Amino acid sequence: MNLWLIIFGMGIVTFGTRLTPIVLLGRIEIPLIVQRALRFVPPAVLTAIIVPELFYRNDQLDVSLTNVRLLAGLIAIVVAWRTKNALITIGVGMITLWVLGAIIR
Amino acid sequence: MLSSRTEFLNGAKAELPILLGVAPFGMIYGVLALQAGLSPAVALAMSSIVFAGSAQFIGTQLIVQGAGGVVIVATTFIVNLRHALYSASVAPFIKQVPLRWKVLLAYLLTDEAYAVVITRFTQPDGSSAPNRHWFYFGAGITLWSTWQISSALGIFVGQLIPASWSLDFTLALTFIALVVPNLKDRASVAAAVSAGIMAAFSYTWPYKLGLFAAAMTGIVIGMLVEQRQSRSQLSDLPATDRPITD
Repeated sequence: MNLWLIIFGMGIVTFGTRLTPIVLLGRIEIPLIVQRALRFVPPAVLTAIIVPELFYRNDQLDVSLTNVRLLAGLIAIVVAWRTKNALITIGVGMITLWVLGAIIR
Repeated sequence: MLSSRTEFLNGAKAELPILLGVAPFGMIYGVLALQAGLSPAVALAMSSIVFAGSAQFIGTQLIVQGAGGVVIVATTFIVNLRHALYSASVAPFIKQVPLRWKVLLAYLLTDEAYAVVITRFTQPDGSSAPNRHWFYFGAGITLWSTWQISSALGIFVGQLIPASWSLDFTLALTFIALVVPNLKDRASVAAAVSAGIMAAFSYTWPYKLGLFAAAMTGIVIGMLVEQRQSRSQLSDLPATDRPITD
């Protein structure tokens, strides 16, 4: 049940940000500093989510060669940088994870 | 004057090329929402109630990690704040339509719909064509349908895939694919790197508050670096010892 509350909350804030300026046209203005900050939201938030996914295993920092998610992630970063293609990045990352997982295990 | 039907179909057509990129993401969302432990009903409901790709991916991840509801909703708000800019940008072009239209069009406002809609609205007849809101509706509903169908397909496929395939990792890979190609200048690299470092140190904070700390660190550092860069371009003074004014 709590999960449904969270999802409705997410829906309300999303819809709210989409609707408010359309309805309140001319009565509100988005501050310049917020407009500047928005550009950095995707790299900051997404990287903040990626890093623990790669560096933590069972809530423990794990910077070792047996951490296959870290290795696969680093390879995916290089692939994303070189190809700029999401599907290739995801494909290479997953294959790397499976191959390394099979070797290291 | 274009009929409402023509505007609607033009909007749908303009959206088509973008669907090629959206449909796979919808499927990936569906697959990993299930892998992450959400029920099919919850995963599907998120696509229609939230209807925002990046927020759904992030929300799924945070639910799995056991983040608190307030943190999840607040993160969704920050991630979707850019929609307020889109909304302000399209507002002058749809100010003539009734409120129920505004509510509908606001619900359909996504990155992908905005991109084609604002292109249409800034054409020479874009602010005078009387049925232009139908173009917006055509583009928006096309994208909406694609997102619902592709996430439902992903949810269906996701039920058939065993957890040992580690498909939940596609989430981190998706984020990598979204972030890395957009790190085009020093300021955005600084934002990403500083957020990542902070995230590594603050990950064990309660309620995933570390995510907040890391995101805010990245945003502030990115803005500071950008400010330094733009000032050093604008004047000959050394960029280092200038006060921060805004």
